[in-house]
Order: sequence, then C-alpha cells, then structure tokens
Amino acid sequence: MSVLLDVRALEVRYGGIVALRGIDLHVEEGEIVALLGANGAGKTTTLRAISGLLPVRAGEISFAGASVRRRSPDAIARLGIGHVPEGRRVFTRMTVRENLELGGYAIASHRKVADRIDEVLAIFPRLHERIAQRAGTLSGGEQQMLAIGRALIARPRLLLLDEPSLGLAPLVVAQIFEVLRDIHKRGTTVVLVEQNARAALALADRGYVLRNGEIARADTADALARDPAVVAAYLGGE
Amino acid sequence: MHEFLAQLANGVELGAIYALIALGYTLVYGILELINFAHGDVYTFGSFVALGVLVGLRAAGVLHGAGLILGIAAALIAAIIASALLNAAIERLAYRPLRKAPRLAPLITAIGVSFMLENLIELWQGSAPVPFPNVIPNPQLQIGALEVGVQQIVVVALAIVTMVALHFFVQRSRLGKAMRAVAQDRDAASLVGIDVNRTIAITFLIAGALAGVAGFVGGVSFGSAWFLNGFGAGLRAFTAAVLGGIGNIAGAMLGGFLIGLLESFSTWLIGGQWSNVAVFSVLILVLVFRPSGLLGESLPEKV
Repeated sequence: MSVLLDVRALEVRYGGIVALRGIDLHVEEGEIVALLGANGAGKTTTLRAISGLLPVRAGEISFAGASVRRRSPDAIARLGIGHVPEGRRVFTRMTVRENLELGGYAIASHRKVADRIDEVLAIFPRLHERIAQRAGTLSGGEQQMLAIGRALIARPRLLLLDEPSLGLAPLVVAQIFEVLRDIHKRGTTVVLVEQNARAALALADRGYVLRNGEIARADTADALARDPAVVAAYLGGE
Repeated sequence: MHEFLAQLANGVELGAIYALIALGYTLVYGILELINFAHGDVYTFGSFVALGVLVGLRAAGVLHGAGLILGIAAALIAAIIASALLNAAIERLAYRPLRKAPRLAPLITAIGVSFMLENLIELWQGSAPVPFPNVIPNPQLQIGALEVGVQQIVVVALAIVTMVALHFFVQRSRLGKAMRAVAQDRDAASLVGIDVNRTIAITFLIAGALAGVAGFVGGVSFGSAWFLNGFGAGLRAFTAAVLGGIGNIAGAMLGGFLIGLLESFSTWLIGGQWSNVAVFSVLILVLVFRPSGLLGESLPEKV
C-alpha cells in the first residue's frame, strides 16, 4: 500500500492560541482512519487544515506525493480530497438537486454529473424523494446524507468526514455508517472524525487519539478499542 | 386620468433604472455582506462612457440610418464593459485585501472609493451636468389615454430584458449557481471546488455591467450626465434593494419599481421637494417594521 496523505509536524494557530502543536499522521490508500479525542482536541482543525480552510503555520501536508500546504481549498478539492464538514453545511436555500450539481462543479461534462447524481441517489433513496425540496427543509439525517452525497459526486480519492453522526438518531447513524462501509469498499480512502468512538473504531483500520492539539496515541483500531485508557476516556468506560 | 397615466409611465421608467442599480447592490451584498457605496458612481461612470461614445460617433458623422442603431449599441456595450471592469477593479484593489478584516473596514473603504470616484469624474467631466447627445429619436405614441415616448419604451424594455437574463443566469447557469453557493456558505463552496475569489470577482463584473446598462439608460432618460448623479440615484437604488430585501434579486427589481413609482407620484402629488422625504421615510419604515424587506427571508435557515 502507498501513503495517500502524509501530515508532518503540522502546526495551526487561531489568533494567539496554538490549536495544533505539531502533529504527524499518515493515511494509506484504501484505509479508513479514525481521529478520536475530546472536544477541542484539534480533530476538526486537522481536517480544515488538510482542506486548506485554515492557514498552516508550520509543517507539511502532502497528498498523493505532492504538497498541498499552500493551495487554496478549491484547488485541493479538485486534486481529489472531499470534505464533509462539521455541521453538514449543505446549501440550505438551494434544492437537493442543485446541491448535488454543485458537488460536480469541477466536472466539465453535464452528462457525467447527471450520471453520478443518479448513482448517489441510488445510495441514498431518501434524497431521491426530496430531490426538488430546498435542503433547509430536510431533517438532520437527510442533510447529512446530502452532504456526503455532494462530496461523492466528485469521486474523491480521499474523503474527510467530520462528525457524520452528530445529533442523529441511532437508526440513521447505523444507516450512515453502512453507507461509509460501502463507499470504502468501492475504493475510497476515508478519514473519520467521530465522537462516537465505538462506531468509528468498529469501522476503521487504524486510529489516532488527539489531546490538546497533539497526537496522544496511534494504533490499530482493534488495539485502541481494547486499550483500557482509551475505553475509559472515549468509549464511556465499561 | 391623463396626468395619472403620465406619472405612472414616468415612475416605471425611473423604477427600471433604480432596479438595475439596486440589483448591483443586492448581488454584491448577497455574496460579501458589503454595501458597495461606490456602486452609484460606477453607474455615473457608465453614463459618461456612453455619452463619450455617442459624442465621438456624432462628431464622426456616422449616427444616421443603420449607423445610428449600431452607434447606440456601441455606446451601450462600451458603458457595460467599462462599468464592469471598473467595478471588478474596485473589488480587486479595495475590497479583496480586506476580505478578512472586521466588517467596518470594507464599509468605510467603500465610502472612500465612492468619494474618490466622484472627484475623479468631476476632474474628468467638470462639475456641471453634461447634456446627453439627443441622437435617439423620441416620437410620442398614444396608447388609449396614455402618451409615452418611444425612448421610454426602449428604456423599460432594455431594463426588463436585462433583468430576465440575469434571473436565468443566476438560477440556471453553472456560474450563477456558484455565485449562490458562495453567497450562502463560502467554506462549503470552496470545498466543492468553487474558486471563491474568482466567483466574487465575476459577481462584481456582473453588478458593474448592470450599472453600465443603467448608466446608458439613465443618460438617455434624464438627458444628461452629472458627476454626482450616482450619489442620489445610488441612495434611492440602495433604498429599493433594502425595501425588496437586500440580497434578494427579485426583491431588488420589485423595490426599484416601487421606489420609482413613489418618487414620481410624490413629486406629482406633494411636490418634488418632498420626494426625497417620501423615499427615505420608506427606508426608515422598512428598517423598523420589516428589516428583512418585502421579499427577504425573515429568518436565515441555518442548521
């Protein structure tokens, strides 16, 4: 396997506050990697820095062998990194179809975009029923499906997912994790940020635990799920 | 009845011009949440460019027959291109460097750019109104009790065609959708591969182009261009945009026509010296009782 994403000594600051103090992580092609940690540990910041939404203070980010550190978010998206942001961030005043069309913004062929929208609608039949509705009228679960579907239209090589289960009913969460498993099977590499560590580790190959902007622990998902310290901190003890 | 219809026609003509300018305010506000106070002066600039082209062509003696129609088209197109480029240049030089600054900074910069443009145009064209070349024939038509000039019809038709084209562009085209996406959520738009800076630049180009159409139409309609024209027209158009719901394209068109009608009828019924009072009272009433405007969303849908 080859390294698809390589992050080295990444440092990000907000104003005067250091949000990431030099983290190292890598993701191999075909893996699912979970980022765990408490609120404020730096999980979302890591994803936003990779996507170019936050300026990187120091360190290096390379994707498929090329540095993306100084690239704009739209250029990084066109290189093949999809990002389903925290809070879904669908275009609430546009229809479901328009949201999906925008997912294919970088694809020149209308035909291709239309075909891929059909594929996404096959994955999420609920979106098909709501195709002409404004995204703002969808339920939280449907919006999450739309946010994932929008990112899939571009067929990213690497998909960054920020808390896809947040605020959703258990049944919907199970559905979304099922889809993630399916997307991964089709060859997409995934980085998953999750509060729901148990579900994330069940799906992931490896995981990183962040604490105060640093990597506190890195191991296989199985080892993390069995580690008493991780269980106590993130899996609600048992 | 006769006078009523004449004022109605007047109001619609004025309203068409305000609507075109208001669209520029609303497009830019929609995407940057910035009131581009320099927008009225971009309109003035468009007027003078059209005027310059018409004067030049008349001096060259080509404004008759088919040459007249081509000349008018050339003046319109020159105004559109010049205003579009000016507006895009303002964005690039004055607003883009302040993209991450506190919101007050670009607002004050906009007011500064407005003063600068007004003074530059005054230097260029002088402080007296410059008559617009009266080259467009204006026979009066009698439609029932309504008497309108062909010019009025052309002005209103041109404005409406422009607005319909804008509507389809924003709703249907790929770029139009990108503009709406950036307006709603800049980060999310960039994550789907939209170049945000380029999209904002294109929005300023389009807003400027609309000001150019308005500049041409306004010059023809008022019969003159003046360096301070954009100040008054800009304020009224801004009021129109707020009345319709700032950021809302249909609202800007509706607001423009309403303000045009209000100005024309208040001038007729209570006197020209009171028309400003009427127009800006509307601004205050809207801000107090319906700050989101007639067609604005009362609450943004944010989840």
